[in-house]
Amino acid sequence: MATAPVVLRASGRVAVRQAVSRASAYLFLGASLVGVFVLFLLAYETISTGAGRLSWDFISNYPSRFAERAGLRSSAIGSIWVLGLTVVMSLPIAIGTAIWIEEFAPQNKFLTIVKLNLANLAGVPSIIYGVLGLAVFSRFFGFGSTIMAGGFTVSLMILPMTVIASQEAIRQVPSSIRDGALALGASQWQTVWYHVLPGAAPGIITGIILAVSRAAGETAALIMIGAFTFIAFDNTSPNEDFTTIPIQIYNWTIRPQEAFRQNAAAAIIVLMVAVLSLNLLAAVIRERFRRS
Amino acid sequence: MEEEGPMVQLKSPRLNEVDLQETKPEEPAVLANPAVVTPNAITDPPEEAVFSISELSLWYGHKQALGDVTFKIPVNRVTALIGPSGCGKSTLIRCLNRMNDLIPGVRTIGVVSYHGQDVYAPDIDPVEVRRRIGMVFQKPNPFPKTIYENVAFGAKVNGYKGNMNELVEQSLRQAALWTEVKDELKKSGLALSGGQQQRLCIARALAVQPDVILMDEPCSALDPIATLKIEDLIRELVKDYTIVIVTHNMQQAARVSDYTAFMLSDDRGVGRLIEYSPATDVFTNPKDKRTEDYITGRFG
Repeated sequence: MATAPVVLRASGRVAVRQAVSRASAYLFLGASLVGVFVLFLLAYETISTGAGRLSWDFISNYPSRFAERAGLRSSAIGSIWVLGLTVVMSLPIAIGTAIWIEEFAPQNKFLTIVKLNLANLAGVPSIIYGVLGLAVFSRFFGFGSTIMAGGFTVSLMILPMTVIASQEAIRQVPSSIRDGALALGASQWQTVWYHVLPGAAPGIITGIILAVSRAAGETAALIMIGAFTFIAFDNTSPNEDFTTIPIQIYNWTIRPQEAFRQNAAAAIIVLMVAVLSLNLLAAVIRERFRRS
Repeated sequence: MEEEGPMVQLKSPRLNEVDLQETKPEEPAVLANPAVVTPNAITDPPEEAVFSISELSLWYGHKQALGDVTFKIPVNRVTALIGPSGCGKSTLIRCLNRMNDLIPGVRTIGVVSYHGQDVYAPDIDPVEVRRRIGMVFQKPNPFPKTIYENVAFGAKVNGYKGNMNELVEQSLRQAALWTEVKDELKKSGLALSGGQQQRLCIARALAVQPDVILMDEPCSALDPIATLKIEDLIRELVKDYTIVIVTHNMQQAARVSDYTAFMLSDDRGVGRLIEYSPATDVFTNPKDKRTEDYITGRFG
């Protein structure tokens, strides 16, 4: 029986479909490059403007009305204080909330509302947290415009992110581990303490570091509680006024002199390096635990 | 909707064929009809009972999974629960140490009496129940910790005061794992082979010094050689412990069990106990037609 020769080279409609498919790949590559291009442009602008100002003096000098003498000392110390306080306050609250939601809470309507609200809170603009921080921490609790008020405000702001990250880390612990522990007569708390938390720890730490690194760039909420101040001393207690690097950057960019713009660009480089280091630390922790 | 029509039509005749040939040879509705109770198909053993289960029913939400299960599990014997998938045997074994409590929406009525005490009574603490009634799961689930820590964990959380090293050694010996792991107790439990992991899980359960060990298809994830080791171990352990094992492997039930319970779901999907007798009777002289059909491989 004679059969027609089999053609496997693309022809007709198949050729058209494949051409469209190939073209789409370039389209999506283009879309991705837009973001990369803008990022490179920003980085180039910043580095070319600010790199010349980078020096140890720039980091160790207090702010000054003379651009060439101004430095990041007080704002960097203020940032470290606020972020440190944020980590200390976020860890127990985020982990506690996540454990309650994932391990202990009864599965009812109330829990559904709590979960839904957590997701919504993550989308609330930071200025709203600033207003809340001003009303509650600065005024009601009387913290004024101190590091304490800043730390509480920022912790509250990143709480949804840290809770959701902790919840996800806890959910990653297989339920067979919980079953195994409970079947041995462990109480629920013993199961959480000996098995769920150690399993979830890398994910929780990573999530909190990432949330904190985002909070490192926070400006609006802190300006709202009154951190937009001239600080020419080293913060030694959380009950002092403070300022942070992003606020210092904002302060410099609104000056008319070109030299302050250079300072702002240099401060942005410092902030970027700090944030990238935090993200790198999070990646290292994640990889380290995944291998072991 | 119109698009779905022909697809369903294409599929359904083939499915029906399979259904008829393999699972329901004749009169499927009657096959597992709970109204059809064969006299004397459920005979309680003469030995002292560890569990005395009566009229136990269980619902997952609105779906009933167990219906009126009544039988007694004897001390220092291996009791096997067999039956096709979805007949409620795993659900039943998980009732014995209240592991079903962990699933949201589970409701239980009836009595599971353990040495005369109903484990579902309101004043009973599931933690007290579970430390006396150990469990081994279908998939080996060692903790991601060292072999030593795996075995010591249960004893530690239950406040064991004696010599932990001795307890770990003794438990691993009992689980026939000691000679294989004695030089690498600091190694992760996850580094062991599947069969060794399952024996580690048995050792872990033994270290709590339980009275009963429940095994929920303990060999289903293991190869035949590892399976044989676990079966030998079960026969060894039954001298000191009461063992209840769920298995879908009938040869295994015939090899290891003293008493065998055959379960089947009825036409509403509710798991029922069909026959319960000494293993030799169930496998050589079943009283119920449905048991005979199942063990001769006519369905399931």
